[in-house]
Amino acid sequence: MAYKIVASQCTGCSACEPECPNEAIFEKSGIFYIKPEKCTECIGFFDEAQCVAVCPVDDTCVIDNSYPRYSA
Amino acid sequence: MSSPTTVQMHNPEHSGIVRLEDMLQQMAEHKGCGTSSEGGKASCGSSAGPADMSPETWEKVKNHPCYSEEAHHHYARMHVAVAPACNIQCNYCNRKYDCANESRPGVVSEKLTPEQAAKKVIAVASTIPQMTVLGIAGPGDPLANPEKTFKTFELISKTAPDIKLCLSTNGLTLPDHVDTIESFNVDHVTITINMVDPDVGAKIYPWIYFNNKRYKGREAAQILSERQLQGLEMLTSRGILTKINSVMIPGINDEHLLEVNRAVKSRGAFLHNIMPLISAPEHGTVFGLNGQRGPTAQELKALQDNCEEGQMNMMRHCRQCRADAVGLLGEDRSAEFTTESVMAMDVQYDLESRQAYQAVVEQERQAKADAKKAEMATLEGAESDIKILVAVATKGSGRVNEHFGHATEFQIYEASTSGAKFVGHRRVDLYCQGGYGEDEALENSVIKAINDCTAVFVAKIGGCPKAELEAAGIDAVDKYAFEYIDQSVIAYFREYLEKVRDGSVVYGKRGDAQIRQGAFVAA
Repeated sequence: MAYKIVASQCTGCSACEPECPNEAIFEKSGIFYIKPEKCTECIGFFDEAQCVAVCPVDDTCVIDNSYPRYSA
Repeated sequence: MSSPTTVQMHNPEHSGIVRLEDMLQQMAEHKGCGTSSEGGKASCGSSAGPADMSPETWEKVKNHPCYSEEAHHHYARMHVAVAPACNIQCNYCNRKYDCANESRPGVVSEKLTPEQAAKKVIAVASTIPQMTVLGIAGPGDPLANPEKTFKTFELISKTAPDIKLCLSTNGLTLPDHVDTIESFNVDHVTITINMVDPDVGAKIYPWIYFNNKRYKGREAAQILSERQLQGLEMLTSRGILTKINSVMIPGINDEHLLEVNRAVKSRGAFLHNIMPLISAPEHGTVFGLNGQRGPTAQELKALQDNCEEGQMNMMRHCRQCRADAVGLLGEDRSAEFTTESVMAMDVQYDLESRQAYQAVVEQERQAKADAKKAEMATLEGAESDIKILVAVATKGSGRVNEHFGHATEFQIYEASTSGAKFVGHRRVDLYCQGGYGEDEALENSVIKAINDCTAVFVAKIGGCPKAELEAAGIDAVDKYAFEYIDQSVIAYFREYLEKVRDGSVVYGKRGDAQIRQGAFVAA
């Protein structure tokens, strides 16, 4: 699984982008999105997903169940 | 300045174009100030400044509208919204909400890149010559966006070296950036400190993001508080002027703010700005939704007065402006400078005409200070415990120069035998406005906002609102139209005292007043 950003929740504040250890977060038209193939759910880097920890709006960075669980 | 230069500025009589030459002539006719010093502090050059400031400090703040109440009548600031990210969550902030019909601190409609911001600053500085200060205040935390913030400072310091740079931060990452702040010559920093007790902090901050981890509750507040105080000490030890902002939240930190005041004062903070909580339910903040109220005008004033007794300078002219505000405090010209219009502008930075304009402003300030001093002399020897509040309709320059019906705010002065003292401002709905019933605006907004005042000074007022104000016990005064505010307040107070003595008026405490919710926006 990877994390994804719920576009309707995203305020475009950019807080997540520099915190992602995989540089998996990009901006399109002021809204941010995660490239699932680059997301490691921060496993191997931090105890918690950085996008989730820093995002100021709850339920914006969520698990994308359509991708298989990441394994290091 | 030997050739006639045309500059735009507020003329006392009307706003429009005045020739600099005429202005200078008018100033020259005014008698210059004496060389005598008062209490060994005030002298000719700085007599427009508060006597409780060192000359070095006054030099740093004298043209800074946010750091000097006196300067805010004359000089303008602008904020650029380059810093949208934040690293803490406050219960008075909802990051999701922005709307053209609503406005409050921390919210902006357009985010800028550092390059766009730099162009905007030059465009505004060329249009508004009294714009002396560029601040970065969010909409998130400038130091949670260090690259964007410092890139913006770098670009501006190259093209417009005379503009003072400042930033406002929650302080969480401040200790990591003090070196950079110093290297960019940022000599004004504001830190928002709402508590020094983590138990109080836990009620204000649900979480912080620090060292790649989300901390919650008391632990979060403790880290935040330690970092804030450490950052403050680091700044002041390097001579960087630091102001503290605090949000007054009744029942949560209102009493605690006295302790915050002592804590920041002992660490060298230069000015403390206690602001009322904004918590309208429609803003969707935690406080707004759970019914947390903001303070009344008199509650706020009482706390500010208490802190001032501890010998700390208090800021009382804060308008809680948006992170993209432009213009004088108390006006919002941001709508004139949208990204689209700024990018289309062909601007050239003309340092010389900015300086010429500012020279005129300085003379006007000096004339105002002299007039105040002369008027004060008439109160000499008078002793009385009487204190009254006076509301003033003004659009800047330190004069009573706004029509009652056009006022979107009133400035409040406290008059006593020690003179005229600015104690705050109250925003109101326009009295002359289509849509709303005018009487409704008068009764529901204006009178409630200035209900604790004895008089209201205006440039002009109609018979109807005058009568209604009188019925509410507020004396509507237009005889000081276009005069200096301080001088007029002192003159009115002298007459008031005489009337109390001869029995024609009875002095009594007036009621409380309401603070209107929301940041300042152009009505």
